[in-house]
Amino acid sequence: MPNRKSMLHYFLKRLLSLSLSLVAASIVIFLALEVVPGDPAAYMLGLNAQEDTLQALREELGLTGSIFQRYLSWAGGLLVGDFGVSYTYRTPVSEMIGDRLWVSLPLALYALTLSTLIAFPAGIWAASRRGSAADASVMGVTQLGVAIPNFWFAMLMVLVFAINLRWFSAGGFPGWDAGFFAGMKALTLPAIALALPQASILTRVMRSSLLDTLGEDFIRTARAKGLTKGQALWRHAVRNALIPVLTILGLQFSFLLAGAIIIENVFFLPGLGRLVFQSISARDLIVVESVVMLLVFAVIVVNFAVDMAYAWVDPRLRRRR
Amino acid sequence: MSVLFHSRTLLPGLFLSLVFVAAALISLVWVPYDTTVLNIANRMKLPSWEHWLGTDQFGRDILSMIMVGARTSIAVALVAVGIGMSVGVPLGLAAAARKGGWLDEVIMRANDLVFAFPSLLIAVMITAVFGASALNAIIAIGIFNIPVFARLTRGAALSLWNRDYILAARVAGKGPARISMEHILPNVANLLIVQGTIQFSLGILAEAGLSYVGLGAQPPTASWGRMLADSQTMISLAPHLALFPGLAILLTVLGLNLMGDGLRDLLDPKLRRARV
Amino acid sequence: MRLGKVGTGLISALALSASMGLAHAKSDITVAMQLEPPHLDPTSAAAGAIDSVLYSNVFEGLTRFGSDGSILPGLAESWEISEDGKTYTFKLQSGVKFHDGTEMTAEDVKFSLDRARSDDSQNAQKALFTGIETVEVVNPQTVAVTLSAPNGSLLFNLAWGDAVIVAPESIENIKTNPIGTGAFRFSNWVQGDRIDLEKNADYWGTPAKLGNVTFKFISDPTAAFAAVMAEDVNAFVGFPAPENLPQFEADPRFQVLVGSTEGETILSTNNKLPPLDNVKVREAIAHAIDRQAIIDGAMFGYGTPIGTHFAPHNPDYVDLTANSAYDPELSKKLLAEAGYPDGFTTTLKLPPPSYARRGGEIIAAQLRAVGIETEISNLEWAQWLEQVFRGKDYGLTIVSHVEPMDIGIYARPDYYFQYDNPEFQKLFENLTAENDPEKRSELLKQAQEMLAKDYVNGYLFQLAFPTVANAKIQGLWVNQPTPAADMTAVYWEE
Repeated sequence: MPNRKSMLHYFLKRLLSLSLSLVAASIVIFLALEVVPGDPAAYMLGLNAQEDTLQALREELGLTGSIFQRYLSWAGGLLVGDFGVSYTYRTPVSEMIGDRLWVSLPLALYALTLSTLIAFPAGIWAASRRGSAADASVMGVTQLGVAIPNFWFAMLMVLVFAINLRWFSAGGFPGWDAGFFAGMKALTLPAIALALPQASILTRVMRSSLLDTLGEDFIRTARAKGLTKGQALWRHAVRNALIPVLTILGLQFSFLLAGAIIIENVFFLPGLGRLVFQSISARDLIVVESVVMLLVFAVIVVNFAVDMAYAWVDPRLRRRR
Repeated sequence: MSVLFHSRTLLPGLFLSLVFVAAALISLVWVPYDTTVLNIANRMKLPSWEHWLGTDQFGRDILSMIMVGARTSIAVALVAVGIGMSVGVPLGLAAAARKGGWLDEVIMRANDLVFAFPSLLIAVMITAVFGASALNAIIAIGIFNIPVFARLTRGAALSLWNRDYILAARVAGKGPARISMEHILPNVANLLIVQGTIQFSLGILAEAGLSYVGLGAQPPTASWGRMLADSQTMISLAPHLALFPGLAILLTVLGLNLMGDGLRDLLDPKLRRARV
Repeated sequence: MRLGKVGTGLISALALSASMGLAHAKSDITVAMQLEPPHLDPTSAAAGAIDSVLYSNVFEGLTRFGSDGSILPGLAESWEISEDGKTYTFKLQSGVKFHDGTEMTAEDVKFSLDRARSDDSQNAQKALFTGIETVEVVNPQTVAVTLSAPNGSLLFNLAWGDAVIVAPESIENIKTNPIGTGAFRFSNWVQGDRIDLEKNADYWGTPAKLGNVTFKFISDPTAAFAAVMAEDVNAFVGFPAPENLPQFEADPRFQVLVGSTEGETILSTNNKLPPLDNVKVREAIAHAIDRQAIIDGAMFGYGTPIGTHFAPHNPDYVDLTANSAYDPELSKKLLAEAGYPDGFTTTLKLPPPSYARRGGEIIAAQLRAVGIETEISNLEWAQWLEQVFRGKDYGLTIVSHVEPMDIGIYARPDYYFQYDNPEFQKLFENLTAENDPEKRSELLKQAQEMLAKDYVNGYLFQLAFPTVANAKIQGLWVNQPTPAADMTAVYWEE
């Protein structure tokens, strides 16, 4: 059992720095969008709008107060879970985020599942045949997977599977109302495009951390006790290699949630990334602010949780940071 | 020279990388065809003796476009790595020298904060503020290189600060800044070179992605990502328009990654664990 | 209560599907378009996408556009114009009901027009209503509109999507739940994906032939191509990639309709920024431009060359393209005469549409050939509005002016071209006051010639409007006199 007092002290210290990070992030985001040129009202009313009409709209959108007032009302709203109302769509941002999460979240999970399903067997296989032709070819393929631009890969998949073979539709999302399989089918090509580089990275992590553990004493002991190489690999090494792999998986998940923006564009999926992209073009800044803040929040909190878990396992870390 | 053959990946990686660096350098003085002159009548031609990789939607020579595009990609990625190193390394050294102090804490928290931002969205925001250009692509990519180098440098430097020869230097009265420069930096240089190669290849991919969504170098400057974006609607008419720029990105990134792996094996065998 | 509603809904759905099964007629359609509406109130935003979905389908005005641009009676069955041309008395169609079941009367017309021209109006085309002095309810079926001065274009103005009749009680939620009088009613909106309309069984006029209409939004041109090819959508109105049209034409599954729009695509020029303030320089630019190369290169041959700011399908159009024929040698000579023998450098700011981005690259190369260097920057619409349109911080830009009959923008010296010619302003004043069609036509021709002679902007081409549809679909609009995807007359051929 780790020392409770030091754990609590560490927890509080990290919690304080977490809160400061969040405040800093919210200020950075708000100020960055404050200086974005472009008037949301002018964008909505177009070329022939008259000045009095623009002013009327600006007032309705709440764009007329001082910077400080607007920051406080936005940040204050966030604290109680109120994300504001979209300028263009005029619906609560939280509802829009909710809708988009139902695309982005399943897509990220789908991609992650695919990459795990590819990476685990491939990594184990390569590690167990270290130095063989099989190992070399797995490593070669992963080199390609890391180097391929995923939007280009997505374009090629659309050409082959949607336009030529017509196995999948070229993009779009029918909604989960259309049924689970219709939804999954629409997410399949995007998930593959996202999973390819992730699977390659994960395979390499899996292989190298397996090789590391295989070299350690307890494995040698196990081998000495008469286990075959395969048995040692399965019973001991895989489990121990999981820690770095899970860390990478955690990182990949938050990356997939926010980083699918280009793939969402290629497949015109109504996900979070494309929401931000469209909102920036439409100067629907309240949506941009709130979504970016939410993503930053998610990453910071996940990091915090990971740190806490490590500290619980390894007390030395508390003193190091 | 024989040291080059120790690694199976170094040589092919070096070769591929040099091909594209050479293409970029040659394009400064000579390209097969001027990429700023359009010839609509001669557009979307398949590869031939006159145009080895065919012509694009405006009748420009694709080989020449790829050579000029190599220049854009390499320049953007190189400068972005430069920004990351020149800001990140001093920050990392300072944080390590003041380990546990407020400076360390501020630097590391700021690093975490930058890491927490979704990078592509920030790039989109930067270009929304300053407009799309190669320079802003460099800044957007460069910013996210800073915490990478800061963390790496801090981590490596921390382990060195406990070494005996550093203690000796401290006893001799050298200040932390001097120790960092004279004793720590040279010892983390290998690590930085390896990481620099990796960030360089990531930078090429990032530049391609940014210009693919229209946020990179502006025409008439050729860029690989924009070549892909422009050819996207023509992919069923003339697939070679999308094929060659994509291959150029793939091969360059592959070359740099292989070279990075090879360098790592060559410079520090112990690092094999650190990187995957 | 709630359960009962679901129950009856289920039964009617079953009945509907049963009757459909018997009839064997296809009654649903999925129509794709490039842009999604930001919200669903056509009277408070400029976004053409709102009209594309709702115009004539859900909302109707007193008058309406036909596909050929003619003005047809809408909710007004007929009208009388007073002797002095200042009072229009509209007789409304009888038995018109809003989709919420309430009756549409003269009160609603008065409410809608007053709302559009009020002080706190958010109407993007408020100028359409400026001449209106009063709107009076004569009786529930009759409305009188009085103008401060005769205005020959009132019936035209009232046909715009920004002038549709709305229900007072629906205003609060109009942006998400539009309630109109049209042959379709709004049923569902999945943001980022699609909007569903369903047939209005209580429609006052000729009922729609379709049952359900789904509008799907596909902004990416590649995805658009793939969606049509894979038959994920039945039609694509305003297909964004002209390079793909020949493939559809060659495929017997599809029909390709290429219609005209009101979009004069021009190289807008900052008439106050040196050296572009020099008419010789602008003339040099005009002669440096090879229109056909731009139409071929950017639009793959789709588009009609224009020589002035006027739509070629209009009867009053004058072909002035010869006035600015492609002649790089002449262009160089003019530049030398203007004092720029070695050319000069200016900016070329391009908004997102492909006509601008591709056209911009081609024009930059053509200008370079006569010695004019351009610094290209690709802008988003919001940046373009801020920098170019409002800030007037630009040298050249390319944009398609899609408003119908918009030659009047040249009479506004503060408009972003900054063309300030008192002679033209006087001419336009005479035109507005003139009611005699023949004299109007004469004045319009003079105006076109004056613009061409002054080389105000580089006049490139009239934007084409391509629609790709399943070969069995009939009744689609071919032209775009206003942004619309009117589905009221569309049906599937047996």
